[in-house]
Amino acid sequence: MTTKAQAVLDWVDERFPLTSSIKGHLTEYYAPKNFNFWYFFGSLALLVLVIQIVTGIFLVMHYKPDASLNASGVPVAFASVEYIMRDVPGGWIIRYMHSTGASAFFVVVYLHMFRGLLYGSYRKPRELIWIFGTLIFLALMAEAFMGYLLPWGQMSFWGAQVIVNLFSAIPVIGPDLSVVIRGDFVVSDATLNRFFSFHVIAVPLILIGLVVAHIVALHEVGSNNPDGVEIKKKKGADGHPLDGIPFHPYYTVKDIVGVVGFLIVFSFIVFFAPEGGGYFLEFNNFVPADPLKTPPHIAPVWYFTPFYSLLRAMVWPLLGIDAKFWGVVAMGGGVVIIAFLPWLDRSPVKSIRYRGPIYKSMLTAFVIAFFILGFLGTQPPSYAFFGVIPGAPVAQLLSLFYFLFFLTMPWWSKIDKCKPEPDRVTG
Amino acid sequence: MKKFLTALLFAPLLAVASGAEVHLDKAPVSTDPAALQNGAKLFVNYCLNCHGASYMRYNRLEQIGLSEQMIRDNLMFTADKIGEPMRIAMQRDEAKQWFGAAPPDLTVIARSRASEVGSGADWLYTYLRGFYRDDTRPTGWNNVIFENVGMPHVLYELQGEQRGKVVEHEDSHGNKTKTIQVEPGKPGKMSAEEYDKATADLVSYLVWMGEPMAGARKTIGTFVIAFLGLLFVLSYLLKKNYWRDIH
Amino acid sequence: MSVDHKVDAGRRQLLLATSAAGGVAVAAVAVPFVGSLTPSERAKAAGAPVEVDISKLQPGQMMTVEWRGKPVWIINRTKEMLDSLKKTDGEVSDPNSDKPMQPEYAKNETRSIKPEILVAVGICTHLGCSPSDKFKTGPESGVSADWPGGFLCPCHGSTFDLAGRVYKSKPAPDNLEIPPHKYLADTKILIGDDGKA
Repeated sequence: MTTKAQAVLDWVDERFPLTSSIKGHLTEYYAPKNFNFWYFFGSLALLVLVIQIVTGIFLVMHYKPDASLNASGVPVAFASVEYIMRDVPGGWIIRYMHSTGASAFFVVVYLHMFRGLLYGSYRKPRELIWIFGTLIFLALMAEAFMGYLLPWGQMSFWGAQVIVNLFSAIPVIGPDLSVVIRGDFVVSDATLNRFFSFHVIAVPLILIGLVVAHIVALHEVGSNNPDGVEIKKKKGADGHPLDGIPFHPYYTVKDIVGVVGFLIVFSFIVFFAPEGGGYFLEFNNFVPADPLKTPPHIAPVWYFTPFYSLLRAMVWPLLGIDAKFWGVVAMGGGVVIIAFLPWLDRSPVKSIRYRGPIYKSMLTAFVIAFFILGFLGTQPPSYAFFGVIPGAPVAQLLSLFYFLFFLTMPWWSKIDKCKPEPDRVTG
Repeated sequence: MKKFLTALLFAPLLAVASGAEVHLDKAPVSTDPAALQNGAKLFVNYCLNCHGASYMRYNRLEQIGLSEQMIRDNLMFTADKIGEPMRIAMQRDEAKQWFGAAPPDLTVIARSRASEVGSGADWLYTYLRGFYRDDTRPTGWNNVIFENVGMPHVLYELQGEQRGKVVEHEDSHGNKTKTIQVEPGKPGKMSAEEYDKATADLVSYLVWMGEPMAGARKTIGTFVIAFLGLLFVLSYLLKKNYWRDIH
Repeated sequence: MSVDHKVDAGRRQLLLATSAAGGVAVAAVAVPFVGSLTPSERAKAAGAPVEVDISKLQPGQMMTVEWRGKPVWIINRTKEMLDSLKKTDGEVSDPNSDKPMQPEYAKNETRSIKPEILVAVGICTHLGCSPSDKFKTGPESGVSADWPGGFLCPCHGSTFDLAGRVYKSKPAPDNLEIPPHKYLADTKILIGDDGKA
């Protein structure tokens, strides 16, 4: 480096921790050398966040959150989306990137969370990272839900109608609460405008704050790895972990491979299947919102459906309160319970590599249950497998299992027959 | 209010009960300019009186091989500038009185009519060929896949008249279901094959209009993915190169 | 880092190739985003050429039409008005319209196709206000005692003569813009399209 550039850098470093930050988070952040495929999804989640923010900024330049009808009798918000799709140069690419990005975000985040389950990444000392992560997931759900109202199609409208009405299930304050959320007695222009505000300003700010907290906490304690052993316990003469390698350049070049691989899949959807078979862009959402007519079949977008199934599974009133309230409790509880994992898991080892048969079977069953719940959530409650096995009781059984997986974990994770953890990471 | 909200929450349950099994005919969708131009002509002449296509600008028809002059002379009845969208003069509230519901905007109709049963094109193709005489209806028309539809059969003079026949089916459990089958009645200007071809063209046009950039999207997509493939190989080699030091 | 002192040529080449391809990818991604900032089809449709019928425009009168969201003036100048242009020749800063503020076919004494009909964009070349017409001459105009008729911009006091030429020592640097236009018929003007360009 020339002395002049060095002088400028020194000048900055005396006033701002630039070099030390780059060192702390990149060139001298030592990550375990044995990251595998599952460790791509953290950086990919960050990439999708950037895609969503950048495409979002450009969409806001043309989108209009206005439920009133234009001269042709179409809601202005709906028409402005078609305006972006047709009249704005390059608008369709940006919009498809954003709509595909929403689904991609959840794919990546679900896989990222599953990685945590595989290798015990939530265990001590990473409890706070996990809690921040759960909060990110909650914020992401809010972000996706409110963003989905903006195109002001039939699914936007009725989805928001149903979800906002969930809050009315809360005893005493519920009905008033849902009116306050909507700002009206039905989902209306007021709702659209406030959801727009939350979607483009409030929730993204929270999301970014949480992501920073998530990464800062991670870099404080160091990354877990597929063996679930702490690399900081074995340090070399230079003070760096023996099994650690600098994040930059090793994991930057590796993550670039992951990023390009992801972009290939992402581009395939954007350019060849932007509707995702009706799962990424629902067909009924090409019909403008009509407050007088519910579409024949409304289902949430796929990433909400496992939790939607938990909601629908509750059909019995309890303690003198409506079933509806317990549905809301089940749905909310289904997300919140994830945050308690660090204290529910009592296994002596972290990684699935050294866990016993109970954890392996339970986790497999959990994943299968999650998938079936997700599938049933896209179907009407009257759905029957092969036309004979009714879906509703299956969903109820699986919902029960969903909670039992977490609630009984302290017991079965303790008695599981684990293998001894190695001292060092294994390849 | 509470009951209403509860009803809403479980609305999907009720809604499905009314959804009868429907069969859709596979639409022979074409991207051939001649078919699209014929479809555009049919659309402008038969649909664009009651339905608007308010996000579709006339000059976009140049994309399917029509010149500005041809559009002005043959297709542009509802606007005086080539860049204007396909709006209609009919008042929405009046239309609502006449048909029971205001005719929907057709710009993205082919995208919205898709379902698990078939593509939006299949639905439209079946719908446009499924009108039959029903004197109990105010318009005198009914439709096999859109029961008690408010729209009359506007292509009547082309297709002629079909009669509906109630057919009872019995499945293996002994449940009886009724469906309507159509059979030819008074002939129209076109033979059955010609009419099928005309509706196929019209549907192809509606599909094209639903997403005029679909063609460009796929072309660009091919290049993007090919390029990313190259980038993938390069980045993979780079990663390999760096990681050869790590054991 | 003493071990790594010899340059790894293969790595350097790969690094360059990947960076170059990555750079191309980033540039390609920028295309739709930058494109989305340019005028949309709706803006283009709104900016389409405007047809104007001037058969009812009496001598000495002016009409304003909208083209691309801007006022376009059409003035049917009387003989006296045209004569005044000769007098102002010495007082305006660009009497021969040397600056390219007009199409070639309007680069003449009257800055117009037909001498009496002036078509001009009614936007002051200073900072974009729309000047007001001051056709009355002399003290009655409220501009100056020897005012020969023209336009006065209310924002910063720039004045223009009846061919839209800016007076000397005024804030506006250029003459008023003459938009591309052509005659479809004797009394029909198409503004925004002259069949050229």
